[in-house]
Amino acid sequence: MSAIALLGPFGDAIDFIIHPRDAVTGGVQVGGIGEVLAFTWAHVLLSGAAILVSCAIAVPIGLWLGHRGKGELLAVSISNIGRAVPSLALIAFFVAFIGVGFLNVTIALVLLGIPPILTNAYVGVRQVDREVVDAAEGMGLSTWQVIRTVELPLALPVIFGGIRTSAVNVVATATIAPLAGVLTLGDYILSANVYGDAGRIAGALLVALLAVIVELSFARFQRAVTPKALRKAQASGSG
Amino acid sequence: MIRSRSTKAAVAAFAVSLSVLAAGCGGTGATSTEASAPPSGQVIQSNADNAKVTLTIGSKNFTEEFILGEIYAQALEAAGYDVKTDLNLGSEQIALKSLEDGEISGYPEYTSTALTSFFDVDAADIPSDPNQAVDQASKDFADKGLVAFPPTDFTSANAVGMLKSKADELGVTKVSDLEGKSQDLTLYGSPECRQRVDCLLGLEDGYGLKFAKFVPVDIGLRYEVLDKGQADLSILFTTDAQLSQSDDYVTLEDDKAVFPPGNITFVASQDAVDEAGPDFEKTVELVQGGLTEEVMQELNARVDIDREKPADVAAEYLKEAGYTQ
Amino acid sequence: MGGAVGLVLAAVQIRDRSGEAATCISQNKICPGWILDNFGRYVDPLLEHVVLTVVAVTVGFAIAFGLGLLAYRRRWLIGPITGATGILYTLPSLAVFFLLLPITGRGFLTAVIALTAYTLQIIFRNVVAGLDNVPEEAKDSGRGMGLTDSQLLWQVELPLALPEIVAGVRIAATTTVGLATLAVYAGAGGLGSEIVAGSNITFRTGVVTAGGLAVLLALVFDVVLLLVQRALSPWKRVQTA
Repeated sequence: MSAIALLGPFGDAIDFIIHPRDAVTGGVQVGGIGEVLAFTWAHVLLSGAAILVSCAIAVPIGLWLGHRGKGELLAVSISNIGRAVPSLALIAFFVAFIGVGFLNVTIALVLLGIPPILTNAYVGVRQVDREVVDAAEGMGLSTWQVIRTVELPLALPVIFGGIRTSAVNVVATATIAPLAGVLTLGDYILSANVYGDAGRIAGALLVALLAVIVELSFARFQRAVTPKALRKAQASGSG
Repeated sequence: MIRSRSTKAAVAAFAVSLSVLAAGCGGTGATSTEASAPPSGQVIQSNADNAKVTLTIGSKNFTEEFILGEIYAQALEAAGYDVKTDLNLGSEQIALKSLEDGEISGYPEYTSTALTSFFDVDAADIPSDPNQAVDQASKDFADKGLVAFPPTDFTSANAVGMLKSKADELGVTKVSDLEGKSQDLTLYGSPECRQRVDCLLGLEDGYGLKFAKFVPVDIGLRYEVLDKGQADLSILFTTDAQLSQSDDYVTLEDDKAVFPPGNITFVASQDAVDEAGPDFEKTVELVQGGLTEEVMQELNARVDIDREKPADVAAEYLKEAGYTQ
Repeated sequence: MGGAVGLVLAAVQIRDRSGEAATCISQNKICPGWILDNFGRYVDPLLEHVVLTVVAVTVGFAIAFGLGLLAYRRRWLIGPITGATGILYTLPSLAVFFLLLPITGRGFLTAVIALTAYTLQIIFRNVVAGLDNVPEEAKDSGRGMGLTDSQLLWQVELPLALPEIVAGVRIAATTTVGLATLAVYAGAGGLGSEIVAGSNITFRTGVVTAGGLAVLLALVFDVVLLLVQRALSPWKRVQTA
């Protein structure tokens, strides 16, 4: 295929994003910036809600387990199992057992998002220097005070790494939310019969773009919460 | 998934030829005396010339289409062709595109869908005689280099469905009864419903109905959303197994004829027809002869209720109806 | 068609489902009996799934390993390659399937390209990290014995880096199994076809079986590669994820 011919479908996709056009069989208008922004907002809302809840559940549990030094097998296995569960199966499971709708999909996404955050919260706390923790405990701080004021800040970079991984996974999975009746950017991809080839490619481009933006934003957050000394150490070691 | 069936076809064809030879000429069962209808229950004969031809049979993305695609594919296999399947293409627009692009050789389409979705014909203008409908569609298909084979006997149409309890509660029996009530009701339909005149557009324009919400969901969920109480109304198909097997659902009468019934016509590319020879159309026409509305509902029930694989159900049909042995 | 129709109708059995005792399947519960009886229908999708995963991880390994070796000698490449593979990793697979569609069409190739792209970052990262973590003493003694750079790499550094490299392949394999369920949307089959095609998404036993098989497959790959990893590093404690 020549390069110009390749530009064709992608150029048409860009046009789809900017200008509304007739649906494939006509009758309704699809595409255009307004609709794109509406779907993007739905996508972000769904993903954001899921990530917030995942953090609210996974961070405290991971911190607690890490502080106690217990449940290493659980914390690590959760990540392995979480990685093994296909997102499509998870969404389908919820649709088959509970039905369609925003709440069900959010719960499924929360389950998807918990493992990396939990594991990283655990690992992040475990790698905090024991002497610092002992000193804090020696000063009379309660368990939660120690966790909150000592372990959490030092573990934050690793935790954010987990949140970053989860966020990208959740945004990617929110693409198939239309299967459960929640219309996100994925509708452009899954309902190509309405939006046409241009719509489908536009959907793919938009989802890819959103994922990259989320990844880069969280990478920036992660760097921001990493103390400078740790940053230097990380730059020369593993990323 | 494009699956090659050559090994299975070879074995099946061999078995069929053996049993035809063993049974003597003419096959089992009575032959029809009416020249217009192809004899039903006649065993498909394998033709060695067909082995050089590869056909890829496609289908759309719901149960009835899977079954039909498998029936045609397995029948053509029995006739000696090298058959691949690429089922679950998507809805009609995607299937048509696959056909035009040459990715598939043919797929089963509804005359009503073809006319309203491909050729912009108003639902009211669709001929009630299936052969006339196919003729009308044939001309437009020919412009695309496609051929429409003779239609099946059974028809299927979209229908507005709801739980019987809900229909009794609202006191509705016809779609026009929804006037004045629909703005408080949610309607669930397939993704392509929102752009089709024999679906949401027809309800909005033809009946003048406004709904509280229209939610597009996968076709496979059309009963689930009623069961879970999430949908007040759902777009169903008249040949659905759930309608015939259960008393829980009712469909509202289409009093303004917005949902035209359609017969199945197998649409193939001219190139495939030329390459495949006369057995292509002959086999398709033969094997769909046994598809009455009752039979189609039964086959749908075997997949949706008994949870059998569409391929197995198609094989059972071909055997029970006497087309294969 | 009168008489012939009667003949055909009589031939296709119309089953009587009214009044029959509600079976597990008709109530849409999870039915282990059904799974045992009908396991055959999952064999083909499972095999497709295995092939997709194995091909993607193998090709991904070949590419990422090559890139890793390249970047190990020319350090300045690490940044750009990490960035490029990182972008491929971030792109949702479903999006990649359809971005490739105009170029490679529907089918196995499109699915494999997308799945392979996803494995590159993790394997590349582990190849580089594994080589970086080789103890200096080992390299010194190698050089002391007169090994050339190339011999050092293949006889000392890579064997010592192998556990970490295999750990990367392990992670790549388990995530690829999960992503391969989406391959159904690219027209490449796999277990996803038993999860979403037709009315399967309402079929609880089916969804659980297909999803469960995917999880099992991922765990099998995980365990097998873990054993390989352990076998290659008896002296090292296994790193946690």
